Amino acid sequence: MSTETLERNKHESLFSKRRKKFLVDPLNDQNPITVQVLGICSALAVTTQMKPSLTMAISVIVVMVFSNLAISALRKLIPTRVRIIVQLAVIATLVTLVSEVLKAYQYDMYKQLSVFVGLIITNCIVMGRLEAFALGNKPWDSILDALGNGMGYGWIILSVAFFREILGSGKLFGYAIFDAVGIHNFPTNGLMVTPVGAFFVLGLLIWVLRTRSGYVER
Amino acid sequence: MIDLINLGVKSIFIDNMIFAYFLGMCSFLAVSKKVNTAIGLGLAVTFVLTITVPVDWLLLQYVLKEGALTWISPEFANIDLSYLSFIMFIAVIAAMVQLVEMTVEKFFPALYGSLGIFLPLIAVNCAILGASLFMAQRDYTFTEGIVYGFGSGLGFLLAIVALAAIREKMKYSNVPDGLKGLGITMLLTGLMGIAFMSFMGISL
Repeated sequence: MSTETLERNKHESLFSKRRKKFLVDPLNDQNPITVQVLGICSALAVTTQMKPSLTMAISVIVVMVFSNLAISALRKLIPTRVRIIVQLAVIATLVTLVSEVLKAYQYDMYKQLSVFVGLIITNCIVMGRLEAFALGNKPWDSILDALGNGMGYGWIILSVAFFREILGSGKLFGYAIFDAVGIHNFPTNGLMVTPVGAFFVLGLLIWVLRTRSGYVER
Repeated sequence: MIDLINLGVKSIFIDNMIFAYFLGMCSFLAVSKKVNTAIGLGLAVTFVLTITVPVDWLLLQYVLKEGALTWISPEFANIDLSYLSFIMFIAVIAAMVQLVEMTVEKFFPALYGSLGIFLPLIAVNCAILGASLFMAQRDYTFTEGIVYGFGSGLGFLLAIVALAAIREKMKYSNVPDGLKGLGITMLLTGLMGIAFMSFMGISL
Protein backbone atom coordinates (compact mmCIF):
# COMPACT_ATOMS: atom_id res chain seq x y z
CA MET A 1 0.00 0.00 0.00
CA SER A 2 2.04 2.91 -1.26
CA THR A 3 0.96 6.44 -0.76
CA GLU A 4 4.09 7.90 -2.36
CA THR A 5 3.30 11.08 -4.19
CA LEU A 6 4.18 11.06 -7.88
CA GLU A 7 5.00 14.75 -7.97
CA ARG A 8 8.67 14.34 -7.20
CA ASN A 9 9.58 17.75 -8.49
CA LYS A 10 7.21 19.64 -6.25
CA HIS A 11 8.80 20.49 -2.95
CA GLU A 12 6.43 19.28 -0.25
CA SER A 13 6.73 21.03 3.08
CA LEU A 14 7.87 18.98 6.05
CA PHE A 15 4.46 19.21 7.69
CA SER A 16 2.11 19.46 4.76
CA LYS A 17 -1.55 18.55 5.11
CA ARG A 18 -0.97 15.02 3.90
CA ARG A 19 1.84 14.56 6.40
CA LYS A 20 -0.09 16.07 9.27
CA LYS A 21 -2.70 13.36 8.68
CA PHE A 22 -0.10 10.70 9.38
CA LEU A 23 0.52 12.32 12.74
CA VAL A 24 -3.07 13.07 13.71
CA ASP A 25 -5.15 10.20 12.32
CA PRO A 26 -3.77 7.48 14.61
CA LEU A 27 -4.67 9.56 17.64
CA ASN A 28 -8.36 8.85 17.26
CA ASP A 29 -9.74 7.84 13.86
CA GLN A 30 -7.13 5.23 13.17
CA ASN A 31 -6.02 4.54 16.71
CA PRO A 32 -3.85 1.41 16.79
CA ILE A 33 -5.51 0.02 19.90
CA THR A 34 -9.15 0.97 19.65
CA VAL A 35 -9.63 0.84 15.87
CA GLN A 36 -6.85 -1.25 14.35
CA VAL A 37 -6.95 -3.71 17.30
CA LEU A 38 -3.18 -3.99 17.59
CA GLY A 39 -0.93 -3.91 20.62
CA ILE A 40 -3.56 -5.02 23.10
CA CYS A 41 -1.24 -7.30 25.09
CA SER A 42 0.99 -4.61 26.52
CA ALA A 43 -1.89 -2.16 26.70
CA LEU A 44 -3.34 -4.32 29.42
CA ALA A 45 -0.30 -5.70 31.14
CA VAL A 46 1.72 -2.63 32.08
CA THR A 47 -1.17 -0.32 32.87
CA THR A 48 -1.41 -1.04 36.62
CA GLN A 49 0.44 2.20 37.26
CA MET A 50 1.18 5.33 35.27
CA LYS A 51 4.96 5.30 35.55
CA PRO A 52 5.55 1.94 33.81
CA SER A 53 2.95 2.89 31.22
CA LEU A 54 4.86 6.08 30.44
CA THR A 55 8.12 4.13 30.20
CA MET A 56 6.49 1.59 27.92
CA ALA A 57 4.92 4.29 25.72
CA ILE A 58 8.26 6.04 25.28
CA SER A 59 10.05 2.74 24.56
CA VAL A 60 7.48 1.77 21.95
CA ILE A 61 7.68 5.18 20.26
CA VAL A 62 11.48 4.96 20.11
CA VAL A 63 11.40 1.43 18.67
CA MET A 64 8.71 2.36 16.16
CA VAL A 65 10.38 5.53 14.91
CA PHE A 66 13.77 3.93 14.36
CA SER A 67 12.46 0.69 12.89
CA ASN A 68 10.15 2.59 10.54
CA LEU A 69 13.09 4.76 9.51
CA ALA A 70 15.37 1.78 8.93
CA ILE A 71 12.88 -0.33 7.00
CA SER A 72 11.71 2.63 4.96
CA ALA A 73 15.29 3.51 4.04
CA LEU A 74 15.94 -0.09 3.00
CA ARG A 75 12.56 -0.77 1.46
CA LYS A 76 13.81 -1.08 -2.11
CA LEU A 77 16.50 -3.58 -1.14
CA ILE A 78 14.51 -6.10 0.95
CA PRO A 79 13.36 -9.18 -1.02
CA THR A 80 9.68 -9.94 -0.43
CA ARG A 81 10.23 -13.50 0.72
CA VAL A 82 12.46 -12.59 3.65
CA ARG A 83 10.85 -9.33 4.65
CA ILE A 84 9.28 -10.68 7.86
CA ILE A 85 12.64 -11.98 9.01
CA VAL A 86 14.35 -8.68 8.18
CA GLN A 87 11.66 -6.77 10.09
CA LEU A 88 11.99 -9.08 13.08
CA ALA A 89 15.76 -8.69 13.04
CA VAL A 90 15.55 -4.87 12.99
CA ILE A 91 12.89 -4.77 15.70
CA ALA A 92 14.71 -7.28 17.91
CA THR A 93 17.93 -5.30 17.69
CA LEU A 94 16.22 -2.03 18.59
CA VAL A 95 14.35 -3.63 21.48
CA THR A 96 17.59 -5.13 22.77
CA LEU A 97 19.11 -1.63 22.70
CA VAL A 98 16.14 -0.08 24.50
CA SER A 99 16.19 -2.88 27.06
CA GLU A 100 19.89 -2.38 27.79
CA VAL A 101 19.39 1.39 28.16
CA LEU A 102 16.50 0.79 30.57
CA LYS A 103 18.57 -1.72 32.50
CA ALA A 104 21.33 0.85 32.85
CA TYR A 105 19.39 4.01 33.69
CA GLN A 106 16.07 2.89 35.13
CA TYR A 107 16.73 -0.44 36.78
CA ASP A 108 13.63 -0.40 39.05
CA MET A 109 11.38 0.27 36.09
CA TYR A 110 13.14 -2.45 34.11
CA LYS A 111 12.53 -4.94 36.91
CA GLN A 112 8.90 -3.93 37.13
CA LEU A 113 8.31 -4.21 33.40
CA SER A 114 10.28 -7.50 33.29
CA VAL A 115 9.33 -9.50 30.22
CA PHE A 116 7.16 -6.80 28.67
CA VAL A 117 10.14 -4.84 27.46
CA GLY A 118 11.21 -7.85 25.40
CA LEU A 119 7.63 -8.33 24.30
CA ILE A 120 7.73 -5.03 22.41
CA ILE A 121 9.23 -7.22 19.66
CA THR A 122 5.94 -9.02 19.30
CA ASN A 123 3.88 -5.87 19.72
CA CYS A 124 1.60 -6.04 16.70
CA ILE A 125 1.67 -2.27 16.23
CA VAL A 126 5.40 -2.17 15.51
CA MET A 127 5.32 -4.88 12.90
CA GLY A 128 1.89 -3.90 11.65
CA ARG A 129 3.05 -0.38 10.74
CA LEU A 130 6.22 -1.72 9.13
CA GLU A 131 4.19 -3.98 6.87
CA ALA A 132 1.40 -1.52 6.18
CA PHE A 133 3.36 1.68 5.81
CA ALA A 134 7.14 1.69 6.00
CA LEU A 135 7.56 -0.83 3.22
CA GLY A 136 5.81 1.42 0.76
CA ASN A 137 6.62 4.95 1.83
CA LYS A 138 9.49 7.39 2.15
CA PRO A 139 11.52 7.73 5.38
CA TRP A 140 10.16 11.09 6.63
CA ASP A 141 6.54 9.97 6.09
CA SER A 142 7.33 6.72 7.88
CA ILE A 143 8.79 8.59 10.86
CA LEU A 144 5.64 10.72 11.10
CA ASP A 145 3.45 7.62 10.87
CA ALA A 146 5.47 5.94 13.61
CA LEU A 147 5.18 9.02 15.83
CA GLY A 148 1.44 9.23 15.24
CA ASN A 149 0.76 5.57 15.97
CA GLY A 150 3.13 5.57 18.92
CA MET A 151 1.37 8.57 20.46
CA GLY A 152 -2.04 7.04 19.74
CA TYR A 153 -0.93 3.92 21.56
CA GLY A 154 0.64 6.00 24.32
CA TRP A 155 -2.39 8.08 25.17
CA ILE A 156 -4.64 5.03 25.35
CA ILE A 157 -2.39 3.14 27.75
CA LEU A 158 -1.88 6.26 29.86
CA SER A 159 -5.67 6.70 30.11
CA VAL A 160 -6.20 3.08 31.13
CA ALA A 161 -3.35 3.37 33.63
CA PHE A 162 -4.84 6.61 34.98
CA PHE A 163 -8.11 4.91 35.90
CA ARG A 164 -6.51 1.72 37.11
CA GLU A 165 -4.01 3.45 39.34
CA ILE A 166 -6.35 6.01 40.84
CA LEU A 167 -9.19 3.60 41.46
CA GLY A 168 -6.98 0.69 42.38
CA SER A 169 -4.61 2.33 44.82
CA GLY A 170 -5.59 5.97 45.13
CA LYS A 171 -2.26 7.15 43.76
CA LEU A 172 -0.97 8.81 40.61
CA PHE A 173 2.64 8.26 39.59
CA GLY A 174 3.10 6.79 43.05
CA TYR A 175 1.97 10.04 44.65
CA ALA A 176 -0.97 9.49 47.05
CA ILE A 177 -3.21 12.26 45.77
CA PHE A 178 -6.34 11.41 47.70
CA ASP A 179 -4.43 11.70 50.96
CA ALA A 180 -2.93 14.98 49.79
CA VAL A 181 -6.37 16.43 49.03
CA GLY A 182 -7.62 15.33 52.42
CA ILE A 183 -9.76 12.32 51.56
CA HIS A 184 -8.38 9.57 53.72
CA ASN A 185 -9.48 5.95 53.55
CA PHE A 186 -10.48 6.21 49.92
CA PRO A 187 -12.15 2.86 49.15
CA THR A 188 -9.75 1.43 46.58
CA ASN A 189 -11.06 -1.19 44.19
CA GLY A 190 -8.83 -4.24 44.31
CA LEU A 191 -10.23 -5.50 41.02
CA MET A 192 -8.60 -2.60 39.18
CA VAL A 193 -5.16 -3.83 40.11
CA THR A 194 -5.86 -7.25 38.61
CA PRO A 195 -6.02 -8.03 34.87
CA VAL A 196 -9.82 -7.99 35.09
CA GLY A 197 -9.85 -4.28 35.80
CA ALA A 198 -7.75 -3.67 32.70
CA PHE A 199 -10.21 -5.52 30.49
CA PHE A 200 -13.15 -3.57 31.86
CA VAL A 201 -11.49 -0.14 31.68
CA LEU A 202 -10.30 -0.77 28.13
CA GLY A 203 -13.69 -2.10 27.04
CA LEU A 204 -15.50 0.95 28.42
CA LEU A 205 -12.90 3.32 26.96
CA ILE A 206 -13.39 1.71 23.55
CA TRP A 207 -17.14 2.12 23.93
CA VAL A 208 -16.80 5.84 24.64
CA LEU A 209 -14.29 6.46 21.84
CA ARG A 210 -16.16 4.49 19.22
CA THR A 211 -19.48 6.11 20.09
CA ARG A 212 -17.84 9.51 19.68
CA SER A 213 -16.20 8.69 16.37
CA GLY A 214 -19.13 6.66 15.11
CA TYR A 215 -16.99 3.69 14.09
CA VAL A 216 -18.90 0.40 14.15
CA GLU A 217 -17.01 -2.87 13.76
CA ARG A 218 -18.71 -5.31 11.41
CA MET B 1 7.03 -35.65 39.66
CA ILE B 2 4.41 -34.02 41.85
CA ASP B 3 6.15 -30.70 41.28
CA LEU B 4 5.79 -31.13 37.53
CA ILE B 5 2.09 -31.85 37.83
CA ASN B 6 1.71 -28.79 40.06
CA LEU B 7 3.54 -26.68 37.52
CA GLY B 8 1.32 -28.04 34.75
CA VAL B 9 -1.90 -27.28 36.58
CA LYS B 10 -0.58 -23.87 37.58
CA SER B 11 0.32 -22.92 34.01
CA ILE B 12 -3.06 -23.99 32.65
CA PHE B 13 -5.35 -22.33 35.17
CA ILE B 14 -3.58 -19.99 37.54
CA ASP B 15 -0.86 -18.51 35.35
CA ASN B 16 -3.13 -18.58 32.34
CA MET B 17 -1.42 -16.86 29.44
CA ILE B 18 -4.47 -14.80 28.54
CA PHE B 19 -6.21 -14.09 31.80
CA ALA B 20 -3.22 -13.61 34.05
CA TYR B 21 -0.63 -12.16 31.69
CA PHE B 22 -2.59 -10.86 28.68
CA LEU B 23 -0.25 -12.57 26.29
CA GLY B 24 -1.58 -13.66 22.90
CA MET B 25 -4.44 -11.14 22.91
CA CYS B 26 -4.19 -10.14 19.25
CA SER B 27 -4.73 -13.59 17.78
CA PHE B 28 -7.07 -14.37 20.69
CA LEU B 29 -9.34 -11.50 19.66
CA ALA B 30 -9.05 -12.10 15.94
CA VAL B 31 -9.53 -15.86 15.74
CA SER B 32 -12.12 -16.38 18.45
CA LYS B 33 -15.10 -15.86 16.15
CA LYS B 34 -15.66 -19.54 15.40
CA VAL B 35 -15.00 -22.50 17.67
CA ASN B 36 -13.39 -24.66 14.95
CA THR B 37 -10.73 -22.12 13.99
CA ALA B 38 -10.17 -21.40 17.68
CA ILE B 39 -9.43 -25.07 18.38
CA GLY B 40 -7.07 -25.20 15.40
CA LEU B 41 -5.16 -22.11 16.49
CA GLY B 42 -5.03 -23.28 20.12
CA LEU B 43 -3.55 -26.61 19.11
CA ALA B 44 -1.01 -24.95 16.82
CA VAL B 45 0.05 -22.57 19.62
CA THR B 46 0.34 -25.50 22.08
CA PHE B 47 2.50 -27.41 19.65
CA VAL B 48 4.81 -24.46 18.97
CA LEU B 49 5.09 -23.68 22.70
CA THR B 50 5.92 -27.26 23.69
CA ILE B 51 8.80 -27.27 21.23
CA THR B 52 10.18 -23.73 21.47
CA VAL B 53 10.44 -23.50 25.27
CA PRO B 54 12.82 -26.50 25.61
CA VAL B 55 14.82 -25.46 22.54
CA ASP B 56 15.21 -21.95 23.95
CA TRP B 57 16.24 -23.52 27.27
CA LEU B 58 19.01 -25.44 25.50
CA LEU B 59 20.07 -22.27 23.74
CA LEU B 60 20.14 -20.36 27.01
CA GLN B 61 22.10 -23.06 28.85
CA TYR B 62 24.73 -23.83 26.24
CA VAL B 63 25.18 -20.60 24.32
CA LEU B 64 23.74 -17.50 25.91
CA LYS B 65 24.10 -17.58 29.66
CA GLU B 66 27.11 -16.22 31.46
CA GLY B 67 29.83 -18.85 31.29
CA ALA B 68 27.71 -21.04 29.03
CA LEU B 69 30.35 -21.41 26.37
CA THR B 70 32.77 -23.29 28.61
CA TRP B 71 32.05 -26.50 26.70
CA ILE B 72 34.00 -25.09 23.79
CA SER B 73 36.93 -23.90 25.83
CA PRO B 74 37.43 -22.90 29.48
CA GLU B 75 38.69 -19.44 28.49
CA PHE B 76 35.14 -18.48 27.51
CA ALA B 77 33.92 -18.59 31.10
CA ASN B 78 33.42 -14.82 31.26
CA ILE B 79 31.36 -14.40 28.13
CA ASP B 80 27.76 -13.39 28.77
CA LEU B 81 25.67 -13.38 25.61
CA SER B 82 22.29 -13.00 27.30
CA TYR B 83 21.68 -9.69 25.53
CA LEU B 84 21.31 -11.75 22.37
CA SER B 85 18.45 -13.78 23.83
CA PHE B 86 15.67 -11.70 22.23
CA ILE B 87 17.07 -12.12 18.76
CA MET B 88 17.87 -15.83 19.19
CA PHE B 89 14.49 -16.68 20.72
CA ILE B 90 12.57 -14.91 18.00
CA ALA B 91 14.69 -16.68 15.35
CA VAL B 92 13.89 -20.08 16.86
CA ILE B 93 10.21 -19.20 17.05
CA ALA B 94 10.07 -17.97 13.45
CA ALA B 95 11.76 -21.14 12.21
CA MET B 96 9.45 -23.37 14.26
CA VAL B 97 6.34 -21.55 13.01
CA GLN B 98 7.52 -21.89 9.42
CA LEU B 99 7.82 -25.66 10.02
CA VAL B 100 4.37 -25.88 11.57
CA GLU B 101 2.93 -23.88 8.69
CA MET B 102 4.43 -26.29 6.14
CA THR B 103 3.16 -29.32 8.07
CA VAL B 104 -0.35 -27.93 8.43
CA GLU B 105 -0.47 -26.96 4.76
CA LYS B 106 0.49 -30.50 3.75
CA PHE B 107 -1.58 -32.59 6.17
CA PHE B 108 -4.53 -30.38 7.18
CA PRO B 109 -5.27 -28.18 4.15
CA ALA B 110 -8.77 -27.28 5.37
CA LEU B 111 -7.39 -25.94 8.64
CA TYR B 112 -4.67 -24.10 6.73
CA GLY B 113 -7.33 -22.36 4.64
CA SER B 114 -9.46 -21.33 7.61
CA LEU B 115 -6.57 -20.05 9.70
CA GLY B 116 -5.23 -18.00 6.81
CA ILE B 117 -2.71 -15.39 7.83
CA PHE B 118 -2.98 -16.17 11.54
CA LEU B 119 -0.80 -19.24 11.26
CA PRO B 120 2.35 -17.32 10.31
CA LEU B 121 1.24 -14.63 12.77
CA ILE B 122 1.83 -17.13 15.59
CA ALA B 123 5.46 -16.14 15.19
CA VAL B 124 4.69 -12.71 16.62
CA ASN B 125 2.23 -14.02 19.16
CA CYS B 126 3.33 -12.56 22.49
CA ALA B 127 2.43 -15.79 24.25
CA ILE B 128 5.18 -17.75 22.52
CA LEU B 129 7.99 -15.28 23.14
CA GLY B 130 6.51 -14.52 26.56
CA ALA B 131 6.64 -18.17 27.61
CA SER B 132 10.32 -18.39 26.67
CA LEU B 133 11.11 -15.14 28.48
CA PHE B 134 9.25 -16.30 31.60
CA MET B 135 11.12 -19.62 31.42
CA ALA B 136 14.40 -17.70 31.36
CA GLN B 137 13.33 -15.34 34.14
CA ARG B 138 12.10 -18.12 36.42
CA ASP B 139 15.07 -20.39 35.78
CA TYR B 140 13.16 -23.56 34.97
CA THR B 141 14.87 -26.89 34.33
CA PHE B 142 14.51 -28.71 31.02
CA THR B 143 11.56 -30.90 32.02
CA GLU B 144 9.91 -27.99 33.81
CA GLY B 145 10.28 -26.04 30.59
CA ILE B 146 8.49 -28.71 28.56
CA VAL B 147 5.68 -28.96 31.10
CA TYR B 148 5.40 -25.16 31.30
CA GLY B 149 5.24 -24.81 27.52
CA PHE B 150 2.64 -27.51 27.13
CA GLY B 151 0.57 -26.21 30.06
CA SER B 152 0.63 -22.62 28.79
CA GLY B 153 -0.51 -23.83 25.39
CA LEU B 154 -3.39 -25.75 26.93
CA GLY B 155 -4.37 -22.71 28.97
CA PHE B 156 -4.41 -20.59 25.82
CA LEU B 157 -6.46 -23.26 24.01
CA LEU B 158 -8.96 -23.36 26.87
CA ALA B 159 -9.33 -19.59 26.92
CA ILE B 160 -9.68 -19.13 23.18
CA VAL B 161 -12.20 -21.94 22.71
CA ALA B 162 -14.30 -20.70 25.64
CA LEU B 163 -14.34 -17.16 24.25
CA ALA B 164 -15.17 -18.41 20.73
CA ALA B 165 -18.11 -20.37 22.09
CA ILE B 166 -19.46 -17.28 23.85
CA ARG B 167 -18.88 -15.01 20.85
CA GLU B 168 -20.75 -17.40 18.58
CA LYS B 169 -23.77 -16.99 20.85
CA MET B 170 -23.24 -13.22 21.08
CA LYS B 171 -24.06 -12.92 17.40
CA TYR B 172 -27.71 -13.17 18.37
CA SER B 173 -27.54 -10.51 21.09
CA ASN B 174 -28.33 -6.85 20.93
CA VAL B 175 -24.94 -5.26 21.46
CA PRO B 176 -24.77 -1.41 21.35
CA ASP B 177 -22.95 -0.09 18.27
CA GLY B 178 -19.94 1.30 20.10
CA LEU B 179 -19.37 -1.99 21.87
CA LYS B 180 -19.66 -4.30 18.87
CA GLY B 181 -16.59 -6.38 18.19
CA LEU B 182 -13.63 -5.37 20.33
CA GLY B 183 -15.52 -3.60 23.13
CA ILE B 184 -17.82 -6.43 24.11
CA THR B 185 -14.99 -8.94 23.73
CA MET B 186 -12.93 -6.99 26.26
CA LEU B 187 -15.80 -6.99 28.74
CA LEU B 188 -16.41 -10.70 28.14
CA THR B 189 -12.75 -11.48 28.69
CA GLY B 190 -12.86 -9.47 31.90
CA LEU B 191 -15.79 -11.50 33.18
CA MET B 192 -14.05 -14.74 32.22
CA GLY B 193 -10.98 -13.39 34.01
CA ILE B 194 -12.98 -13.02 37.20
CA ALA B 195 -14.05 -16.65 36.82
CA PHE B 196 -10.45 -17.75 36.38
CA MET B 197 -9.44 -15.77 39.43
CA SER B 198 -11.26 -18.39 41.45
CA PHE B 199 -8.32 -20.68 40.71
CA MET B 200 -5.91 -18.35 42.46
CA GLY B 201 -7.00 -19.71 45.81
CA ILE B 202 -5.60 -23.14 44.99
CA SER B 203 -2.35 -23.67 46.82
CA LEU B 204 -0.25 -26.36 45.23
